[in-house]
Amino acid sequence: MSAPSVTMPEADIRWSLPARGPAGMYCLIAAEAAIFTIFVVAYIFYIGKSVSGPQPHDVLRVPVFLTICLLSSSLTIHFAIKLLSKGRVISFALWWLLTVTLGAVFLAGTVREWRHLIHDEGLTIQTNLFGTTYYSLVGLHAFHVTVGLLALVTVLIFTLLGNVRREHTQRAEVLSMYWHFVDVVWVVVFIVVYVVGR
Amino acid sequence: MNGQRKVTNARVVRSLDTLARLVLPFCGSVVGGFAAPAVPWLSPTNIFAPVSTPAQSIFDLSRFVLMVTASIFVVVFGLLAYAVVKFRKKRVSDGREPAQVYGSTQVELAWTVIPILIVVVLFLAAARVIASIQNASPPRNAVEVTVIGHQFWWEYRYPSLHVVTANELHIPVSDAEHPAPTFLTLLSADTDHSFWVPRLAGKTDLIPNHPNSMWVDPHEIGLYLGQCAQYCGTQHAKMLLRVYVDSREDFDRWIQEQSRPARVSAAASEGQTIFERTACINCHTVAGTVANGRFGPDLTHLMSRDTIASGAAPNTPENLRRWIQDPGTIKPGSKMPAMGLSGPDLMAVTSYLETLH
Amino acid sequence: MSTQSIAWAKTEVSRRPLVEKLHEWVTTVDHKRLGILYILYALLFLAFGGVEATIIRIQLIRPHNSFVSPQVFNRMFTMHGTTMIFFVAMPILFGFANYLIPLMIGARDMAFPRLNAFSFWMTAFGGFLLYFSFVGGDGLYGAGNAPDVGWFAYAPLTSQTFSRGHSTDFWILSLLVSGFGSIGTAINIIATILCMRCKGMTLGKMPLLAWLNLVMAGLVVLAVSPLTAAQLMLLVDRYLGGHFFDTQAGGSAVIWMHFFWIFGHPEVYVLVIPAFAFASEIIPVFSRKAIFGYPVMVAATICIGFIGMSVWAHHMFTVGMSSAANTFFVLSTMAIAVPTGIKIFNWLATMWGGQIDFKTPMLFCAAFLFQFLVAGLTGVMMSAAPFDWQLGNSYFVVAHFHYVILGGIFFTLFAAFYYWFPKMSGRMYNETLGKLHFWLFLIGFHLTFDFMHIPGILGMPRRIYTYEPGRGWDIWNLIVTVGVFFQAAGVLVFIGNLLWSYWRGKVAGSDPWDAWTLEWSTPSPPPTYNFATIPEVKSRRPLWDLKHPEDPDWQYE
Repeated sequence: MSAPSVTMPEADIRWSLPARGPAGMYCLIAAEAAIFTIFVVAYIFYIGKSVSGPQPHDVLRVPVFLTICLLSSSLTIHFAIKLLSKGRVISFALWWLLTVTLGAVFLAGTVREWRHLIHDEGLTIQTNLFGTTYYSLVGLHAFHVTVGLLALVTVLIFTLLGNVRREHTQRAEVLSMYWHFVDVVWVVVFIVVYVVGR
Repeated sequence: MNGQRKVTNARVVRSLDTLARLVLPFCGSVVGGFAAPAVPWLSPTNIFAPVSTPAQSIFDLSRFVLMVTASIFVVVFGLLAYAVVKFRKKRVSDGREPAQVYGSTQVELAWTVIPILIVVVLFLAAARVIASIQNASPPRNAVEVTVIGHQFWWEYRYPSLHVVTANELHIPVSDAEHPAPTFLTLLSADTDHSFWVPRLAGKTDLIPNHPNSMWVDPHEIGLYLGQCAQYCGTQHAKMLLRVYVDSREDFDRWIQEQSRPARVSAAASEGQTIFERTACINCHTVAGTVANGRFGPDLTHLMSRDTIASGAAPNTPENLRRWIQDPGTIKPGSKMPAMGLSGPDLMAVTSYLETLH
Repeated sequence: MSTQSIAWAKTEVSRRPLVEKLHEWVTTVDHKRLGILYILYALLFLAFGGVEATIIRIQLIRPHNSFVSPQVFNRMFTMHGTTMIFFVAMPILFGFANYLIPLMIGARDMAFPRLNAFSFWMTAFGGFLLYFSFVGGDGLYGAGNAPDVGWFAYAPLTSQTFSRGHSTDFWILSLLVSGFGSIGTAINIIATILCMRCKGMTLGKMPLLAWLNLVMAGLVVLAVSPLTAAQLMLLVDRYLGGHFFDTQAGGSAVIWMHFFWIFGHPEVYVLVIPAFAFASEIIPVFSRKAIFGYPVMVAATICIGFIGMSVWAHHMFTVGMSSAANTFFVLSTMAIAVPTGIKIFNWLATMWGGQIDFKTPMLFCAAFLFQFLVAGLTGVMMSAAPFDWQLGNSYFVVAHFHYVILGGIFFTLFAAFYYWFPKMSGRMYNETLGKLHFWLFLIGFHLTFDFMHIPGILGMPRRIYTYEPGRGWDIWNLIVTVGVFFQAAGVLVFIGNLLWSYWRGKVAGSDPWDAWTLEWSTPSPPPTYNFATIPEVKSRRPLWDLKHPEDPDWQYE
């Protein structure tokens, strides 16, 4: 005998719940935000406390161009999603590619900045508290950019193989939420490290 | 009939259990709390047997808090016990469900507001004591001691009195007419420690790169015990505290003796030579000699102490010899290595140390 | 009445080879199987943690005992704490959450079944990694082996200077790995509850277990991440020469404490809130009354979640914070006692006027109420910071938190085991053995943890491998150790009961307790798809409505 079915009479209720993908991604963003918060708190706590070695205002150069690149990539990914929702897959692919490029430029620029800091200014993660907190925070962010880029590239490859269509908009949108989060984190990092901390 | 007896037995056991639950949890604190001043020998480290103002303030606060929590306990426990007994399912039930009560705004409001009021009262009581203990500043005649925690011993420096010693702290007694508090600055040479002598004050941690301070003003002469209360490594358990509260005269005399350099004794010169030639001087200081190591305790007046190894063993020749031979026999994990001295060398060094009064 | 006997047809569909059955379990994404895997995993590690506790207590049975060396003892308390929190309590609660939530909200599975499996295996791997340290931890100086830095691993004890070898690294890495598993499960729980409820089940109509696990999952998301961050920082210090906690370079040992306890305090709410969930489901059924004050129970839990993120430094009252900081944390800690106390009153009111049937689940829940009351009150004592300056870091604290975790959480966990065992296995457990378990464990628990408060009051700090005679601690330590054996006996009876009943228990049917939530409408055990047709509900107790069509819940609330 099957279990009693639990259906109420007159049960014609309109029933819509949030979608799982975005809900899960918001939670992931919350968790990541908590991790970044701790690194930011450590950075702020240790401002001015290095006992020796290079100080922020001596060696940091404000990365204006890189910031513009990264923040623009939020715009480009937004356009890409809009286009995909309209079914214009080729335009979507172009804007998506532009997003990837901007992100890659950001990473390349970060690498260049670090080479300069390590070789020319003698600032490493071991040098002092500034070095430790700076490389950890900026590095954690760069790591998240890298992971995001890998995911974006994967989607790009699927698109080139013809597997991405209009019905995949929500999935692409979930990924773009992650990308927007990475950009917001950069805004915070930028302000804390290059504005306040200098 | 059988069922009835089973129910009766269960009921008896349950009431006994209830009784036990009523008595046991607070038995200890009640006994400790109210019996302690009359019977301090219940434990030499009883937090309810204060002899110093910080410990006393805490004790007074704790009695108030215990009164409040005990009252809450009696009321809620009583209600729970009543519910458990009174609303048991009757053996003969008519199969109907009891009245379904989904909530009651008045009741819920009441049992929200009352706890909030209790919280406000407790908070104010605690805040007052925090301020009185933490915001006290040292009067001019306070004795100032710098305590430096090491793995696994205590270093004591009296900066203005030019005394450096280890493991046994001497402070003067203080009373209402002649207050003479001792203010302790707490530092650490390695990892986290905590200074806890319950009858004198609450514990305060010693954290590297984070100086702390605390104060005591004991009004009874005597020896007060405690130990490190923040896990600091292998021998955390044997980082014991011995605080000697002396009369003013005794304390002044002790300071006098401690500030002298080490006695020179011709008979112990062989031991002294071995001591100074071996690695001993890398870690230990003996004032007035070449030994000026800071890693281990100052030994200048070693024989003025009742114990060695931070309270781990009584200061007897036998124990001293055992310690030097191999500290691991008394305190395995101590930072002092086994010195590997030969028999005669060991005897000589021990004899030398025994002259360091 | 709804107890239906479903004939336990010994289906000879096919004698599948054992390997195939194991493979099914290893690759499963079914929330029920993953739930059971979590629970079995946790029970295994409960045995490990229990052995460690027993070793600790035997060593402390008398002063200057030499049952184990200080080095071994320090590893024991570190591993005991780490194991019990991360590899027993969290997995077992996640296991129940996994099993029950979809069933109780009328869904077929969790929102992300593959993430679910991934999270379980991450957690499992973390535990095995931690225990591998016993054999694989030897580093330089032979100073490896299992971690011995305490479960909260204060800096700078964890720096390379003071913790040579790899023991600390095992602590860091195993928790990092299982932390990802925890966050994954939490994300799954939140997405499932928000996105997969059956028709008619608004947030205000879902069972309290769902609400409380939602709050718990939110706490995990926000609180486990700080631990992850702190551990990454510690790795940077230990391996990249960083200075986050390097006091020699101006770093701060206190900031580790802040970061750890920003995780550590919400963590205890992560553990206790699901325990509240069990009590909130079981007490009503065995009192035959709806839960009293459902909306306030939800509100109180959300309050606990929020306030719980602001109390962490009450673990640091002795560290030397300013009087202002100390005062603030006194206030926030005392404040959280209010919503927590309210819940006790609501459970009491649920029982009030009921017809309480003291089957084993209800016995455990009744004991929980008494014990959680005591645990909460000792917490209130320590929330008065000056009192904590004496009680902190002593055996009073150890007694308090074991009172919460064992007396509170484990008692409701046992209740949950007995309550849902019929659903998970299709069999009834043995009631006599259940009661025997209860009494043995109750006696043992109280022998150990009631008397443990006393050495704390008499000045005994925690984490000491031995103690001096003449401090008045001897007799109490002896009694505490004796209690351990009663508890062990109780747990053995419990395991025996589960095993025996699984094969020989009476067939349970779908609803042996005459309960009211959706999981009791499925067969026992439920089929893979949970429900033949997804249910539609109109109130908080859909089965009550079915059984009492003349008096349904939705006419009242």
